[in-house]
Amino acid sequence: MTAAATGVSRTMRRLRTDRSAAAGAAVLAAIAIVLLLAPAIFSNYWLSQILTEALWLGIAASSLTFLARYGGMISLGQVAIYGIAGFAMANVVHTVNSEGGLNLGWNPWVGVITGIAVALVIAFLFGAIASRSYGIYFLMITLALSLLVYYFFGQVVQLSGFGGIRSVSRPGFLGDPITQPTPLYYVCLGCSIAVYLMLRYVVRTPFGIALQGVRDDHERMRSLGYNVPLHRTLAFTLGAFVAAIAGILSVWFNTQISPGSIRIDQTIAILIISVIGGLSRLEGAWLGAFAYALIDYYSRQYTPTVGSWLGPGQFDTIIGLVFLLIVLLSPDGLIGIGQRLRGVIAGRRGEEDVSPLTEGAHQQVVEGPAEVPAAGGSSGSGMREA
Amino acid sequence: MRVVARQSPRVVLSTLALAVIVWLAIKASQGGTTFLQVTLNGITLGGAFFVVASGFTLIFGLMRVVNMAQGSLFLFGGYLAYEAQTHWFSSGGSQFSLTNSSTVSVAAWVVPAIFATGVIGLVGLAIQQGLLRWNQGQDLRQALITIAVSVIFADQMLAHYGGVAQSIQQPTSWPNSITVGSFHYGWFRLVIVLGSAIVIGVLLYLLMKRTRFGMIVRAGVDDRAMLSALGVNVQLVFAAAFFIGSLLAGYAGVLGGTMISVVPGNDTLFLLDSLIVVIIGGMGSFVGAAIGSLALGLVQSYSAIYLKFGGTDLTNYAILTSFILVIVVLAVRPLGLFGRPA
Repeated sequence: MTAAATGVSRTMRRLRTDRSAAAGAAVLAAIAIVLLLAPAIFSNYWLSQILTEALWLGIAASSLTFLARYGGMISLGQVAIYGIAGFAMANVVHTVNSEGGLNLGWNPWVGVITGIAVALVIAFLFGAIASRSYGIYFLMITLALSLLVYYFFGQVVQLSGFGGIRSVSRPGFLGDPITQPTPLYYVCLGCSIAVYLMLRYVVRTPFGIALQGVRDDHERMRSLGYNVPLHRTLAFTLGAFVAAIAGILSVWFNTQISPGSIRIDQTIAILIISVIGGLSRLEGAWLGAFAYALIDYYSRQYTPTVGSWLGPGQFDTIIGLVFLLIVLLSPDGLIGIGQRLRGVIAGRRGEEDVSPLTEGAHQQVVEGPAEVPAAGGSSGSGMREA
Repeated sequence: MRVVARQSPRVVLSTLALAVIVWLAIKASQGGTTFLQVTLNGITLGGAFFVVASGFTLIFGLMRVVNMAQGSLFLFGGYLAYEAQTHWFSSGGSQFSLTNSSTVSVAAWVVPAIFATGVIGLVGLAIQQGLLRWNQGQDLRQALITIAVSVIFADQMLAHYGGVAQSIQQPTSWPNSITVGSFHYGWFRLVIVLGSAIVIGVLLYLLMKRTRFGMIVRAGVDDRAMLSALGVNVQLVFAAAFFIGSLLAGYAGVLGGTMISVVPGNDTLFLLDSLIVVIIGGMGSFVGAAIGSLALGLVQSYSAIYLKFGGTDLTNYAILTSFILVIVVLAVRPLGLFGRPA
C-alpha cells in the first residue's frame, strides 16, 4: 500500500468517525429533549410506570454495571443493599397509618440520609469480606448476601412490618404519587444524570484507573504495591451508594417496601436489566431498564395464551427467555447489538466488545486519561500499602 | 501492629467458637432429649443439603460451571415425583382424603423417586448439551445462562403446579418414628435421608478414588487442557458429570418433598443452602461439601431453637447465624475450608 493510499484511508476513517460522532450527538440531544419534556409528551401512567420506573431501575442496574465493567465484580448483592437502604429509611420516617416498622417519625430527609448511611456501613463491612473473592466466587457470595437479607427481613417482622411497611411518608414536594408523577420523575432523572456523571468521573480518577488495573490483573497490581482488597471494597461501597439511592427512589416510587420487593426475582431482574442493556457501558443500565419496563408493560397486555406454558401473567418466562437469548447470542446486550449494526452500516466489522461476560477472550480496554500514573510515583491514589 | 491485626480475627473467632460450644453444652445439660432431637434435626437437614450440594460441587469442580439451576432441578424433581405418585399410584378416590387412611406401597414411593431422579438427570444433561457446551470456559456467562434457566423454570412450575404446598407420601409400611426408650425420632429423616446422604457420600468417594471415571474427573479438575490433549474425550466426561450432578439434585428434591414439602420458593431456599455449603466447604471439594452441609444443618437447627437469652427471644434472627457462619469461614479462609485456587 502506498503512503498516499494510507493517508486517504486514514482520512476516510476520520470522516466516518466524525460523522458517527455527530450522529451520536444528535441522537443524544433528541433523547435529552424527549426526557426533559416527557411530562408534557406522555400520559401520567406512561410517565410513571415506564419512564420513572426505568430511571430508578436503571440507577440500581448502573451500580452493577459499574462494578462489573470497571471492577470485574459481577455483584448480585445490589438489591440487598438497596433493600437495606429502603428498609432503613422506611423504618425511621413516619408511616402514614403507622402500619409496620419502627415508625420513628423522623423527617423524610433525615430518613434518606439514615437509609444511605446504614446501607454504606453494611456494604463496607460486607465488601471487606467479599473483596477477597473473585469472579464466580464473588458472584456467589453476593448472591448469598442478597438471599440472606431477603430472608432476614421476611423473618424479622419488627423491622419489615407484617407484609411490608406501607404508606411511607415522602418529602412534601413530591405530592400525591398517583395524580402527580412529574416531581418524582424529575427527581429520578436528576439522580440518574448525577449518578452517570459521577461514575464516569470516578473511573477516570487515579482510583478508577487502579480499579481497572485490579480488574485486569489483581496479582500484578498487588505486586506493584496497590492495596487490592481496599480498592475493591471501596468500589463495592461506591456501588452500594448508587444502589442505596435507587433503594430510596424505589420506596418513594412504590410508597412502600416489603420483603417481596427484594426477593431473588428482583435481584435477577437487576442482573437481567444490566445484561440486556449491555455490561460494557454505563448507559446500558438505563437502556436495559427501559427495555425491561416496556417488556413488563406490554407483555402483560399482548402475550397470547398457550396452554399453561405462556400467558399474560407469565412475565418471568418471557423475560427469562429474552435474558437467555441475549446471554447466548449477544453478551454485550442491546449496546452490543447497536454497535454491531452501526458497524454493518458503516461497512466494517463491529467494534471489539469488552463485555465482562466473555472475560478472558480478549484484553479489556482501560478507560481514562492517556497518562496512567507511574507505579512508583507519588501520584497514585494514596491507598497503597506502606 | 500489623501482626496483631492479622492475628486478631483468629483470636476473636476462637473465642466465638468456644462461647458457642460452652453455650451448647449448657443447653445439652439442661434438656437432653430436646438437645438430641435438635441435633438430629440438624444432622438430617445437613444430609439433605449434602445431596444437593455434592451435585453442585461435582459440576463446579470439573467444569467451573456454577449451576444456579440446581435449586430449580431440586424443586422440579420433587414435583415430578409428586405427580408420578398421584397419577400412577392413587387408589380410587382416596387421594382426596387428607388422613393417612389410604395405603401407600413401597413401590409407590420408590418408582416415582427413580423416575423423577432419572428425568432430572436428563433435563440437566439437556441444559448442559443445549446451552452450556458452546460457552465452555466463560464461567460468568454460563452462570447467567443457568440463572435464566432457573427463572423460566420457576415461572413454569408455578404455572403448572400452582403455589400450594404438596407433599410426597412415604410408604405406609415404613414406620413413622424410631423409638429408643422415651425418645422418638422420625424414621424417614433418620434412615432414608441420612442413609441416602451417607450412601451417596461413600459412592461418590469410591467413584472418585477407585474408578477410571473418577481419575479422569480429578485430572480434569487440575488441568482440562492437558487431559484433553492426552486423548480423553472431555466432552463425554463433562456430560457424565453434569448428568450425575443433576441426578443428585433430582433425588434430593424427592427427599425434600417427602421430608418437608414441595412448594415454590424451595428452589431458592435450597440454592441458597447449596451456595452456603460450597462457600463454606470450598468449591469442588466433596469433603468440604460434607462438612459444610453438617455445619449449616446444625447451625440452622440450633439457632432456630436455642437463640433465646433469658427473656429475649432472638429466634426470629436465626437466618443471621447462617450468614455469620459464612463470614467466619471466609474471614479465615477466603476459598472455603477445603477450597483450592482455580
